[in-house]
Amino acid sequence: MLKAAQPDRPDALTWVFLGLGLLLLPAGLYLALSAPPDVNQGYLARIMYLHVPGAWLGYLAFFVTFLYSLLYLFRQDPRYDRVALASAEIGLVFMGLALVTGMLWARPTWGVYWTWEPRLTTTAILFAVYVGYFLLRGAIEDPELRRKAAAAVGILGFINVPISYMSVKWWRSLHQTQSIDLTTGKIHMDPAMLQALLFNLFVFTLLYLGFVRFRAFLAALEARKEEV
Amino acid sequence: MKAKYLIGLLLILGALAYLIFGGLGQNLVYFLTPSEYLQDQARYQNRPVRLGGLVKEGTVHYDKDGLELRFILTDGVAEVPVVHKGTPPGMFKEGQGVVVEGRFGEGVFHGTNLLVKHSETYQAPKAGWTPEEVRKLIEEAK
Repeated sequence: MLKAAQPDRPDALTWVFLGLGLLLLPAGLYLALSAPPDVNQGYLARIMYLHVPGAWLGYLAFFVTFLYSLLYLFRQDPRYDRVALASAEIGLVFMGLALVTGMLWARPTWGVYWTWEPRLTTTAILFAVYVGYFLLRGAIEDPELRRKAAAAVGILGFINVPISYMSVKWWRSLHQTQSIDLTTGKIHMDPAMLQALLFNLFVFTLLYLGFVRFRAFLAALEARKEEV
Repeated sequence: MKAKYLIGLLLILGALAYLIFGGLGQNLVYFLTPSEYLQDQARYQNRPVRLGGLVKEGTVHYDKDGLELRFILTDGVAEVPVVHKGTPPGMFKEGQGVVVEGRFGEGVFHGTNLLVKHSETYQAPKAGWTPEEVRKLIEEAK
């Protein structure tokens, strides 16, 4: 019974997500590099195919952390805490990727690497909150208190995701509004570019699903080792 | 062992407090429009401000030797003459949305930083971008 709940290796679904994601990654890269340049930005616009999936995965991963933090508080099962932890870790990596690619994109288009405009400031806050999430986990020794405190940050920290997403509409900013606008459903993008972007979003999402399952499995192994 | 995490946590909390109360508070209004500025000039006197608007068509003068860029910034209502030292960014052109950081002095806005605001629309150029055409362009340039 215990063995079935705590397997020795990741399950088949994890390998399917990881395998498919890695297999399709070169195809995503090919589409990104063969997509047409933008009228104004030229080939610079191709940073989009890395920048947008990075930010999307950050948002998605923090949402999953939010969900599993809630589940942990209600059910008190350490398994939910491990998924929340795994997702926050991956979210932080991809949000970091979005920040770095964003800075590399901003210099040639806007003229500066960084400016304290609303989208960038809220994203910096979001990033700092999840760095704090891991520092908090490290600072608390009692496992149960650690999981509860982490869940609180995982839930409160997520508030910033919709604020960050909407910041370009709510406040005057330098960052352009969404090219694929989820609030109005309008798309301001050439079909060939849209295809390449959607494909890359799909591939990155597959990779995320594989990563989060794999990382949660590793966290389970660690937890078992601590118990022994 | 745990002390270093606590120090890190305090640093993060400090950074967050700074971002939220210092950074965000000032930047919710990221830039002023020329009319907002002209209505309340006394308030922004001797303070660095950001002005945002469109580069008025036909007003751009760029002195290549002195690296001095002059243009008129407009929001459709008010207009502000801008002087900026340095080369304009690649995407700077007439009719483009820009944000200029700088100070006012003697009726002219002296920009220290020029930022270009681009639109959310991505369109492919009509012709001349396919890999074959680009290769031909590069070969001809040799």
